[in-house]
Amino acid sequence: MLEITDLVHSYGSHRVLGGVSFSVAEGELVSVVGPSGCGKSTLLRSVAGLIRPSGGRITLGGEPVERTPDNLAIVFQDYSRSLFPWMSAANNVALPLRRKGMDRRRRREAAMTALEQVGLADAGGKFPWEMSGGMQQRVSIARALAYRPSLLLMDEPFGSVDAQTREDLEDLVLNVCAHHGITILLITHDIDESVYVGDRVIVLTRSPTRVAADLEIGLGRSRDQIATRQLDAFVRLRAEVGRLVRGGHTTTPASVLEKH
Amino acid sequence: MNVVKALGRLWLVPVALVAWEVVTRVAEQPFFPPPSAILARMYELWFSGPPSHLLLTDGALADLGPSLARLFTGWLVTAVIGIAAGIAIGCSPRLSDYVDPLIQFGRAVPPPLLVPFFLALLKLGTPAQLATIVFGVIWPILLNTIDGARTVDRQHLETARIFGFSAAQRLWQVILPSAMPKIFAGLRLALSLALILMVIAEIFAGTDGIGYRLLYTQRSYLYPDMWGCIVLLGLLGYLLNSAFLLVERRVLAWHRGARQTT
Ligand SMILES: Nc1ncnc2c1ncn2[C@@H]1O[C@H](COP(=O)(O)OP(=O)(O)O)[C@@H](O)[C@H]1O
Ligand SMILES: [Mg+2]
Repeated sequence: MLEITDLVHSYGSHRVLGGVSFSVAEGELVSVVGPSGCGKSTLLRSVAGLIRPSGGRITLGGEPVERTPDNLAIVFQDYSRSLFPWMSAANNVALPLRRKGMDRRRRREAAMTALEQVGLADAGGKFPWEMSGGMQQRVSIARALAYRPSLLLMDEPFGSVDAQTREDLEDLVLNVCAHHGITILLITHDIDESVYVGDRVIVLTRSPTRVAADLEIGLGRSRDQIATRQLDAFVRLRAEVGRLVRGGHTTTPASVLEKH
Repeated sequence: MNVVKALGRLWLVPVALVAWEVVTRVAEQPFFPPPSAILARMYELWFSGPPSHLLLTDGALADLGPSLARLFTGWLVTAVIGIAAGIAIGCSPRLSDYVDPLIQFGRAVPPPLLVPFFLALLKLGTPAQLATIVFGVIWPILLNTIDGARTVDRQHLETARIFGFSAAQRLWQVILPSAMPKIFAGLRLALSLALILMVIAEIFAGTDGIGYRLLYTQRSYLYPDMWGCIVLLGLLGYLLNSAFLLVERRVLAWHRGARQTT
């Protein structure tokens, strides 16, 4: 459904993206991993129509992305600025739903359901500044879920939460993708995480950034924080992604791992 | 505990009053009546009314009524104009480039200087007085609103864009609340300026009100009455500011909370 072709972007004379191409199929959960500063956020912002890339093509459902597409939601990296501090959590989640033509009661119900899904059933009346970073990020995820987007973009969504919350949220995202049929593009700098959540992992090089590898993970959808991470296949893939991120080359047979 | 602390800080007030009383009694200058005489006059003039009128006399209603009406009308009208214009200018860099020099010039003109102009242009009394207040008070509101609208968090605006907020939603749910702390700072400054300008306008262009009474008592050598007006104005300023802070604390509770935790 999402097709990125030869995406190029420069800030002034600083070339960040040097021709990135990959595609994401309907219902897939694709993780993008790359060293920090390589242009992951830039890539995401281009897909969201928040910046106009210097070159290349992005199409969503066959349509070129020129403005912010409908039915797209984002979970930003910086949780502390992602919610509106003058509104309660429930209102933060409910506000975007006005556009969907839902009346006040249905918006409220949808917000409560989404908050329940992220494990915050009782926190609807709280304000963002009354919550921990992990809770704020969950509200942000609840807002995206309630919106029922066809494409969900997540920019290092778990970068600043504690380890336990992080594992819970990873499983939540896997769950959402499986049960709601939302296509997810998740950005991370964490190699382990990219393999754990992804159906596919796109590895990016340093800037000017290109796609270093496009790996099919093939671990199935039901994953377990402990058991999955112990699988031989997982360990092999993680090492592989790690080498690629550090700028190495594929050592396992390309036919097994690489899609293209 | 808090009451004790507050009382502890208030001890200087009676000490200053007693000192003032002693000095003025010793000096025996008619221009500086002792505070007891001032308070007695204030009581007679304004606060010896019937309980049904909250102890206010007819004189108090005649002096304060028109003044407060002017003050609040001027302040509220200016708030509406200033906030609306400030949001429009703050959200449009092009508009802001055009009007910025005008604003910088306008706010550099001391508002009392314009009283003669307004008197020539408008009728003596309320129109000229309101014009003086509006012109003097608009700058802090306008400048603060512009600044508030300009500095909305980029990520908040992007969130509005991603989730397809309508223009009205963007304005009422994102831009105005973000700018609110700065708007309130402007409104508070404007309120104290409005009090000053109200008095000036009544002195130069008035036939009633507390400012006019001040001028009249001074010209008639009624010094305790004149001092009473000054003290009354001081009290009024203090009360207005306290009431405003009370409202601000409610409306901006989220802002205080957010600042304490980050
Ligand atoms: N608005 C901007 N203006 C100029 N340079 C930018 C801007 N945004 C990002 N950059 C630069 O582009 C590079 C990639 O940034 P970013 O996309 O945020 O990387 P990542 O998300 O992978 O850490 C960085 O070197 C960063 O400094
Ligand atoms: Mg980033």
